[in-house]
Amino acid sequence: MAERKLRVMVAKPGLDGHDRGARVLARCFRDAGYEVIYTGCHQTPEQIVSAVIQEDVDLLGLSCLSGAHRYLYPAVTKLMKEKGIDDVTVIGGGIIPDQDFQLMYDAGLKAIFTPGTTLESIINWINTNVKPRN
Amino acid sequence: METTKKIKGGDIRAASRLIRNLEDRIPEAKTTIKHLFPLTGKAHVIGITGSPGAGKSTLTDGLIDCFRRKGKTVGVLAVDPTSPFTGGAILGDRIRMQRHAEDPGVFVRSLATRGALGGLAKAVGDAIHVMDVLGKDIIIVETVGTGQQEVDIINHSHTVLVVLVPGMGDEIQAIKAGILEIADIFVVNKADREGSSKLSRELMAMLDMAPPSTFQGGWRPPIMKVENAFEPVGFNKALEDIASKIEEHHQHLIEKNILGDRMRRKATVELNEAIRACILEPVLQKLIGSGEMAGMIDKVMKKEVDPYTVAEDIAKRYLEGCL
Amino acid sequence: MYFAKEVLESSSRMRQRWEDEVKKLVSKWPDQKPEAQWSTVSDLPIKRLYTPEDIKDMDFERDIGYPGQYPYLRGNQVTGYRGKYWTFRMFSGMGDAATTNARWHLLLKEGQTGLSTAFDFPTLMGYDTDSPKARGECGKCGVAIDTLEDFLVLTKGIPLDKITTSMTINPPATALWAMYCAAAELQGIPLTKIGGTIQNDMLKEFIAQKTLMCPPEPSVKLISDTVEFGTLKVPKWNTISISGYHIREAGSTAVQELAFTLRDGMEYVEDVIRRKKLDVDAFAPRLSFFFNSHIDFFEEICKMRAARRIWAKAMKERYKAKDERSWWMRFHTQTAGCSLTAQQPYNNVVRTATEALAAVLGGTQSLHTNSLDEVWCLPSDFAVQIALRTQQLIAEETGAANTIDPLAGSYFVEALTNEMEKQAWEYIHKIDDMGGMVAAIEKGFPQLEISDAAYKFQRQIDAGEKIMVGVNKYVSQEKESIPFLEIDDRIETEQIERLNAVRRKRDGKAVKKCLDDLKQACKKGENVMPYCIEAVKALCSVQEICDVYREVYGEYRDPGLY
Repeated sequence: MAERKLRVMVAKPGLDGHDRGARVLARCFRDAGYEVIYTGCHQTPEQIVSAVIQEDVDLLGLSCLSGAHRYLYPAVTKLMKEKGIDDVTVIGGGIIPDQDFQLMYDAGLKAIFTPGTTLESIINWINTNVKPRN
Repeated sequence: METTKKIKGGDIRAASRLIRNLEDRIPEAKTTIKHLFPLTGKAHVIGITGSPGAGKSTLTDGLIDCFRRKGKTVGVLAVDPTSPFTGGAILGDRIRMQRHAEDPGVFVRSLATRGALGGLAKAVGDAIHVMDVLGKDIIIVETVGTGQQEVDIINHSHTVLVVLVPGMGDEIQAIKAGILEIADIFVVNKADREGSSKLSRELMAMLDMAPPSTFQGGWRPPIMKVENAFEPVGFNKALEDIASKIEEHHQHLIEKNILGDRMRRKATVELNEAIRACILEPVLQKLIGSGEMAGMIDKVMKKEVDPYTVAEDIAKRYLEGCL
Repeated sequence: MYFAKEVLESSSRMRQRWEDEVKKLVSKWPDQKPEAQWSTVSDLPIKRLYTPEDIKDMDFERDIGYPGQYPYLRGNQVTGYRGKYWTFRMFSGMGDAATTNARWHLLLKEGQTGLSTAFDFPTLMGYDTDSPKARGECGKCGVAIDTLEDFLVLTKGIPLDKITTSMTINPPATALWAMYCAAAELQGIPLTKIGGTIQNDMLKEFIAQKTLMCPPEPSVKLISDTVEFGTLKVPKWNTISISGYHIREAGSTAVQELAFTLRDGMEYVEDVIRRKKLDVDAFAPRLSFFFNSHIDFFEEICKMRAARRIWAKAMKERYKAKDERSWWMRFHTQTAGCSLTAQQPYNNVVRTATEALAAVLGGTQSLHTNSLDEVWCLPSDFAVQIALRTQQLIAEETGAANTIDPLAGSYFVEALTNEMEKQAWEYIHKIDDMGGMVAAIEKGFPQLEISDAAYKFQRQIDAGEKIMVGVNKYVSQEKESIPFLEIDDRIETEQIERLNAVRRKRDGKAVKKCLDDLKQACKKGENVMPYCIEAVKALCSVQEICDVYREVYGEYRDPGLY
């Protein structure tokens, strides 16, 4: 039996098109041995959640640098709950001020990675906290 | 069985999970496939192949549109390469089809090759079955797109589209790789580019030279052009024409009784693969587990014995039940 | 030959001695890091020492020359900064038009000399504030503008004939520029008197910034429309700001920023000539550029100098421009957002200062300096004042503005400028061979180059091969907290109310007629600008105008190259 691969998704909700971080992460996840689905920019929460279901991912990473995370990230997690897929781990990154962290955690995000985070620390966090779901 | 019921009921999450289990070779998944197998065979499977940058995903996206307008439901299996160094993969075909993400009639599933050569992933054959039972009228399988040796697609599809782009050296590469023999429809994509007429002429000439027996039931693969993807009116028309041609081909297969041939080919490949997996893997696992494999490798390395003799000995022991 | 034979001979002799001594010392006390890491932030290798021999093949007149003389290495302006400092032009926009107007007046009071508009994402992408796609985005990263009414609030009390305004806007540029023109007319100012810039550079959107709407071909057509309209009706306006800033922010190297930006410029020149049949000298003097000023001090100075020389050569030799103003490369600069750190944010003041100084030594015509808190949020009053003062300090205290192109003749700076020019031309020719920039974009070439560079840089940071102070070296355990500017979520509701009020009061028939006229103009290939101006005066919204473009030209989706 081959080993279980981790399937992760990197998504950019909203109108923000700054995708340098998302693309760097996609490559980083590939190099860490994950199978990564990158949705590209300008995704609605509905598109993202639909993709999560269709691709059966273990982890969803959201990236937003426009300040709209306060609405968008909870919109995604709320929809995931409605669709019964809130067992998928959700993490977020981008421009997220400290004072918004609690709002994000309350919405169901398990971790926030902001500027200055090393790729290695993200991979370590994932390897420790996310397993292929059964 | 629970999963079977869910999939028959159209549960996408269960279907995607099953495909995942098939990819990861979870034993229960095989059991589920056994239950699903008798229910398969209804969908029209379309394979799309061509070199990287040929625009397969953009075409797939457009075809989804066309088929949806005709009231058909669509499943897509989009394959991307696994990195041989890290074992990971970026599955990037979905991006070009994301506008369909909210359409309940469309199910796009990305797969990584996981080392399989031939343009597809090992699990694609079974994934097609899953989508079939899920109720998808059309299943589009998009190959990796390295261009060469991507002939596995022919074992799984009823209709194969080979996508070529002028000016990319596609012509010669494709001829060398034998891709041309598997085409049911040629699509010259980005046909507004320079070299497009030349490419069409070369394809035409190649088809003219082929013996008539090449054309199954008399179907000579048409050469269809798609121009600028950004010019919506022209692009949509070109894709409508391709979708119609695909349906025409399907009809042709049915009328000329060739569908059976294709299904026989698929059954042959599936059976061979299943037997191979069923026999070879446990044998290898046993030899590795017992340590015998390591010893045999040593001997081969030291040239004390050749690999063929070793293999013959193993085969003999297996067939005599002594393994 | 740039140096006399005797000079080169002495140099060679003395260099030998120096190299021997270096070798001896380094074998006992090795350098702090390996050779390869003594490079620029973009990985251009830098030698331990530069000498006359490194620039021996330069020709003074051909390669260096004088300010205001071809090839303009030393600058376009004969009087340098003594005649006029670079424009202190702070990019700003936040929340609603009234809040931004207040910030603009504050900045003008504090001594900024030009305006620069930051719009929020719905505006940037051509959506109204109440579009479902715009939820959560109103006013968060710039000012929300839906109709001319908002724009009039934005420009209240601003004398549009006395100050130039830059607008960072791309797909909806025609709509926003139309609003500016309409606002000027309402102030009684003829279009011939207004000056400013619209960014309006779609090629770099496809490559880097990704505010996307229509496919490449029609996008370039709309840009040509603005160039033509500006040439004929708004002669003091720069209708494109051909940008490298965003290319660099997306992770490119300095050479890639240089090459892709200038090659984008060439693509526009070719398109306007081909499509509008204008003579190159009719419009080229109004093309402007926008570069990043990143943290590697000398690399940036050399990049800007090389840019001037490359553009001059391209305009004179490739496009046969005769007017010397067509040969000038005029540019605005912004200090590098991606060089700022969230950790120890006060360090960002220093980063911005050195980057600003590099831009000045590089000869920029206009400058924005980032605020220390911009890694987290829009700049607070406190932070933006420091950023503005940084420029004023450089201008008034450091002496950097005393003399033109002070680093000319430096062996190092001239050698690095030459090297960057050489590498940039290689990229430019490669893109030529691909069939031009639009073709290269379709092939994904610049996008993948940038992705590769961005990934490589992140790996280098992670490995400690490149240092970011406070992030992977000199890290503090305590987290420094700074005041954050927050944009109230309520602004969205209020803006939607304002938009609805406008919709209620405007003449629906006039709106429909204007949009239909615009659609016909698009279909017939006419210049859209006059129709846009009529439309905004009838209070059509940004989205209503952009929806016409989407309908006629189709929508472009980011292919998501990674």
